[in-house]
Amino acid sequence: MSNPLRPALVLLVAQTAVTGLAYPLAVTGLAGTIFPAKAAGSLVERGGRVVGSELIGQNFASAGYFHGRPSATTAPDPADPAKTVPAPYNAGNSMGSNLGPTSAALAERVRGDLGALRAENPGRPVPVDLVTASGSGLDPDISPEAALFQLPRVAKARNIPEDRLRDLVAGQVRGRTLGLLGEPRVNVLALNLALDELTSR
Amino acid sequence: MTLQGWMQIALYGAVVLALVKPLGGYMTRVFNGERTLLSPVVAPFERGLYRLSGIDARQEQSWLGYAGAMVVFNGLGFVLLYALLRLQAGLPLNPAGQAAVAPDLAFNTAASFVTNTNWQSYGGETTLSYLSQMLGLTVQNFVSAASGMAVAVALIRGFGRASTKTLGSFWVDLTRATLYVLLPLCLLLALVLVSQGMPQTLGPSVEATTLEGIRQTIAVGPVASQVAIKMLGTNGGGFFNANAAHPFENPTALSNLLQMVAIFAIGAAMTNVFGRMVGDERQGWAILSAMGVLFLAGVLVTYWAEANPNGVLAHLGLSGGNMEGKEVRFGIAASALFATITTAASCGAVNAMHDSFTALGGLVPLLNMQLGEVIVGGVGAGLYGMLVFVIVAIFVAGLMVGRTPEYLGKKIEAREVKMAMLGILCLPLAMLGFTALATVLPAGLAGPANAGPHGFSEILYAYTSAAANNGSAFGGLTANTPFYNATLAVAMLLGRFFVKIPVLAIAGSLAAKKTVPASAGTLPTHGGLFVGLLVGVVLIIGGLTFFPSLALGPIVEHLAGEAGQTFPAGG
Repeated sequence: MSNPLRPALVLLVAQTAVTGLAYPLAVTGLAGTIFPAKAAGSLVERGGRVVGSELIGQNFASAGYFHGRPSATTAPDPADPAKTVPAPYNAGNSMGSNLGPTSAALAERVRGDLGALRAENPGRPVPVDLVTASGSGLDPDISPEAALFQLPRVAKARNIPEDRLRDLVAGQVRGRTLGLLGEPRVNVLALNLALDELTSR
Repeated sequence: MTLQGWMQIALYGAVVLALVKPLGGYMTRVFNGERTLLSPVVAPFERGLYRLSGIDARQEQSWLGYAGAMVVFNGLGFVLLYALLRLQAGLPLNPAGQAAVAPDLAFNTAASFVTNTNWQSYGGETTLSYLSQMLGLTVQNFVSAASGMAVAVALIRGFGRASTKTLGSFWVDLTRATLYVLLPLCLLLALVLVSQGMPQTLGPSVEATTLEGIRQTIAVGPVASQVAIKMLGTNGGGFFNANAAHPFENPTALSNLLQMVAIFAIGAAMTNVFGRMVGDERQGWAILSAMGVLFLAGVLVTYWAEANPNGVLAHLGLSGGNMEGKEVRFGIAASALFATITTAASCGAVNAMHDSFTALGGLVPLLNMQLGEVIVGGVGAGLYGMLVFVIVAIFVAGLMVGRTPEYLGKKIEAREVKMAMLGILCLPLAMLGFTALATVLPAGLAGPANAGPHGFSEILYAYTSAAANNGSAFGGLTANTPFYNATLAVAMLLGRFFVKIPVLAIAGSLAAKKTVPASAGTLPTHGGLFVGLLVGVVLIIGGLTFFPSLALGPIVEHLAGEAGQTFPAGG
């Protein structure tokens, strides 16, 4: 048996150069040339300022905007860096709630959110995605039902007739890819940008 | 469950099946050392590498030489990766200023990537520099996958050859797997993924001011290049903490489909390589059929379980399927499908949080891994894992009729069966042994985030995933502690090398045997009877070994949840 150390070392260094440097740099170069906006993170600008990424959800909290799904992301506690505090839609630390199906904390959270939403729009069934945390904590989308559920609140806060808002939402629904893949959805940031546009006119 | 859901699943199966023959034919030529489409570009570079390494591409190795080369190569890779992680603070391409990785976490991460597991005790965007992701993780993604493919090819040669001592050259198989198969496919896939919105940049995080005026720091990076190999190499380690649930790591339903196809593509095609190399493609299709039966059963149960409301939430009056931990753009069908695929293969990437699956929906991923990830499985690892079960199945059939078992003209004798059992038994030893340890030690009990049976499932899932070299997790477990980092690393190394080395020993012993012609008493191994036997053996061995542990975790939890019972954390 010949000494395996030399081929092991040479091949490891060569593979590192090819797959670890040349390959990602080649993809970076090509991607930046062919799809510059997407390679940079699909950033959205308004008035020359970056307001977010089309693909990354934001923590909309005011009554006049459509809200995204619950987010379980956290950030280091400013008072004690060893601990974490809730920081919804922290795009530097993606995570889900990881609460199991029989978790009391999950049941409690859902009960609280259900109560608030039912008070906001009584009589309508609450869409499941509005009370469940997404896997990444950064889900940019909600279901069309979840957008429609929020109509009365947004209409009241913005003083716009619900029918105009319903048209706005309908225009923002993206169907399944090829009519088959994934689920119909509404991008919350795009919807809210369109909403701002509508009210500023 | 919806029609659209089932049509997505059917489309997925059709795409994977359509790729089996072309990819299998191509890989067969690659591993036979024949000319391929890419030879004009790659061959000169390949020859240069061999000259530099001082190896003769035509010189083959015995099984011991092959295994030795693999161990030395992976050992060096381990040391390099560990060093890189420990030193990243002082190295370039670190725009976020990440500190050195702690020793126990670096040890765990090095073991994780060298074994093709990609268990994430680290959080990608909060722990690792771009250089560590590229030079460390991406490289190991390639070479650990290539070394799995090499071992599978060596085993195939063991079946295909007769009266010889050699199995091929590990160096050549490793190099050709990377240069001819993984690298070109990854380049292509990475660019398609960027077209779907996946970032690929060396720039730092982006600072945005949201519509409500809040500052949002958005982590970006060279994502697409790493995701392509993470899927094609069934590695699974995420660029981001949330893995393929992160919108940057899986932007659209189409990118989701492509990633799922990438997980199975090479593993499924390896069965065709097997068929071609042993001179009867039907043998490969028989093995793929057995995998397909087990896979479909898993998809059915997971999709059904997730499409129904979680019992506890249904008691609150919530209707609809289980969306906790899932993303709207994928929905329930594509999330359940992804979870089944990623654990059937040894990928471990996740597009939804398995920890928040319903009890029975989470049982399937767990069981898939416990069966040894032989349902298509990791690139290479799935095929050699299934062939180990084939040896046991043939042995059982031989016992039933009272003749010396044979497979593809090779007599299966004591040595092969012993080595097969060694490979099969090391998994439950690592999975159940460490789980038992962690459930009695305070350091282990500190880990789970959920209480009651789900907490037990979190521990069981971690060691199962580690030993099976999967890398997915019930992510609530706090695994970045010295106890879990160390024990999980040992489980990963056991689960990788104590299967690979016995497999190579089997290959060596088979290659040395003469081929005996089939007779009237030979069990045909390309028909439905054999497929049924193989499925039965996999399920019986897995079922007998793991049923008690599943009963303590997911099954108890399902019954409790249906009754509306919840478990307060820390209780």
